[in-house]
Amino acid sequence: MSTVKLYVPRETAAVSVGADEVALEIAREAKERGANIEIIRNGSWGASWLEPLVEVLVGETRIAYGNVSPDDIAALFAAGLLEGGEHEKRLGPVNEIDYLISQDRWTFWRCGLVEALSLDDFLAHQGFKGLQKAWEIGADAVIDAVAESGLRGRGGAGFPTGIKWRTVADTQADQKYVACNADEGDSGTFSDRMVMEGDPFGFIEALAIAGFAVGASKGYIYLRSEYPLTHTILTRAIATLREAGWLGNNIQGSGFDFDVELHLGAGSYVCGEETAMLESLEGKKGIVRYKPPLPAIEGLFGKPTVVNNVVTLASVANIVNLGGERYAAMGVNRSKGTLAFQLAGNIKRGGLVEKSFGITLRELIDGFGGGTASGRPVKAVQVGGPLGAYLPESQLDTPLDYEAFSEIGAMIGHGGIVVFDDTADMAQQARFAMEFCAIESCGKCTPCRIGSTRGVELVDKMIRNDDRDESYDLLVDLCDTMEDASLCAMGGMTPYPVRSVLKHFADEFAAGDEA
Amino acid sequence: MSENMTDSVAAIAAGFDNKPEMLVQILHAVVRDHGWISEDVIRQLAGILNLSRADVHGVVAYYHDFRTHQPGKHIIKICQAEACQSMGSRELVAHAEASAVPDTTLEPVYCLGNCACAPAVMINGKTFGRVDSKRFDTLVAALQEAHS
Repeated sequence: MSTVKLYVPRETAAVSVGADEVALEIAREAKERGANIEIIRNGSWGASWLEPLVEVLVGETRIAYGNVSPDDIAALFAAGLLEGGEHEKRLGPVNEIDYLISQDRWTFWRCGLVEALSLDDFLAHQGFKGLQKAWEIGADAVIDAVAESGLRGRGGAGFPTGIKWRTVADTQADQKYVACNADEGDSGTFSDRMVMEGDPFGFIEALAIAGFAVGASKGYIYLRSEYPLTHTILTRAIATLREAGWLGNNIQGSGFDFDVELHLGAGSYVCGEETAMLESLEGKKGIVRYKPPLPAIEGLFGKPTVVNNVVTLASVANIVNLGGERYAAMGVNRSKGTLAFQLAGNIKRGGLVEKSFGITLRELIDGFGGGTASGRPVKAVQVGGPLGAYLPESQLDTPLDYEAFSEIGAMIGHGGIVVFDDTADMAQQARFAMEFCAIESCGKCTPCRIGSTRGVELVDKMIRNDDRDESYDLLVDLCDTMEDASLCAMGGMTPYPVRSVLKHFADEFAAGDEA
Repeated sequence: MSENMTDSVAAIAAGFDNKPEMLVQILHAVVRDHGWISEDVIRQLAGILNLSRADVHGVVAYYHDFRTHQPGKHIIKICQAEACQSMGSRELVAHAEASAVPDTTLEPVYCLGNCACAPAVMINGKTFGRVDSKRFDTLVAALQEAHS
């Protein structure tokens, strides 16, 4: 019997629910039966609700089995797993799973498909085609393509990537840097992690393209320490690329020098803010810098630096390879292209959904997500992480578009969508927003450092129904001050979730008069 | 501080070419190898990196990852951010605090990036998903067994 290929993801979510144990058990069972198999550790397709998702290659088709546990393996083998046999966990061909095929996979197309750490597999799937195209068309044309694509920063701020790159390219300096922000700290988000774990070579290729476009010979990846598996995968990927001559001096004889250094964050949320991240990369406390100067002019070690989020960068390889207009053809208004939405929290079918902008929250939550995990009604949805507003059910038809969200006092941020059912205590969620800010504030500016603690106290007073009206007025006033006077989004946007609770869930505070 | 410890810290710093800009990475390596950072380590690193003790102390104090007390044999971090809250992490924390696990340090963490499989818990550096109190007890029991 020839070798049968099986795919078991090596990705944090899959591993967190037993993928490693499943892989071991498959290997053990196969050995016992004398079956000749090869286990491929791919990334996740993103359907976290189906993890561990095992696939077996039968002919040209990958047959998927969902929610496989180590205890299922013997029965699966008995049911003919290696021939794609029938079993209650059999989902059918992976490329017929609705959740996956209804997406617009631009940035994540290789995730799940390839063996994450196989350079051969990467090269067989368009690997380095983007970088080679960049060499062919030149740095200027690369920046033009990125500008034409309409790509905006996916970390949360939504700044046009092409403009940022052009600024760095136009700034004269003996050394420039690309610093990739992989400090994905927003609750409800994991898209950076998924692309780094599932397509590490593609991600690093994109870093190199950015370096080539702006004239930087060195890239930094600032990875949060909460992602140990990602760290292992990236470390191995970087070593593999150096060995194969895809990182280092004179890459593949092109004359282009580029290398990457991987740094670990240390549990500070505010280091996701670009200037705090640069401080941390320099070995210091992650305290926010004043702007200007912009990092594009004076960034890491005082040199011009492109600071981009992981997904932003990862979107670039295809933009260069296929053309900016292809990307710009997706999406709506000034929100071009796709966003990797992350369905999280109390949701039945949680995971990553890459879709063009313009889809509504309801389509994502009900259509893809299947409603709440608990089966109870949706009460609130927090979009964009801990600094994002809590939206009530009545706002779920808002299209996902940066400007449309901004209009309702919300933000898309990094695309994390956290669903709460009707048991959620919204007053506690408002309190937590302030508390989180108090825990994570870097302390540089007063509104954030002190305001957050006063905010917790005021929410507590409202919950206790203690001077409720006065506390309400003070809290609103405090939110104004924090929004207007904080140095960065930490203090400046903490009021978003608080205000949204005051506005949409006022009756959640102690029974009393209307707020 | 033992001589072993001094040598180990010196070797870690040397592995980063004694560069002050690698301080955060150096401190990570110290925590990885020794579990925490003592005043003596701060003093030693300040000397090696040509930084003031206040500089090093400031960095240690700033980041959640840099513990300044010796932790228990096991470190359990329960995610307490919103996605996990929506799936009952507050109750899970209460459960964990009530079930005294010997020789274990319980720490909060704000997002493990496993938000589609909430609640998430990290035990000794490994992330677990869909952890209700029953699964928590099973995971903790496995820890105890491994050491009995």
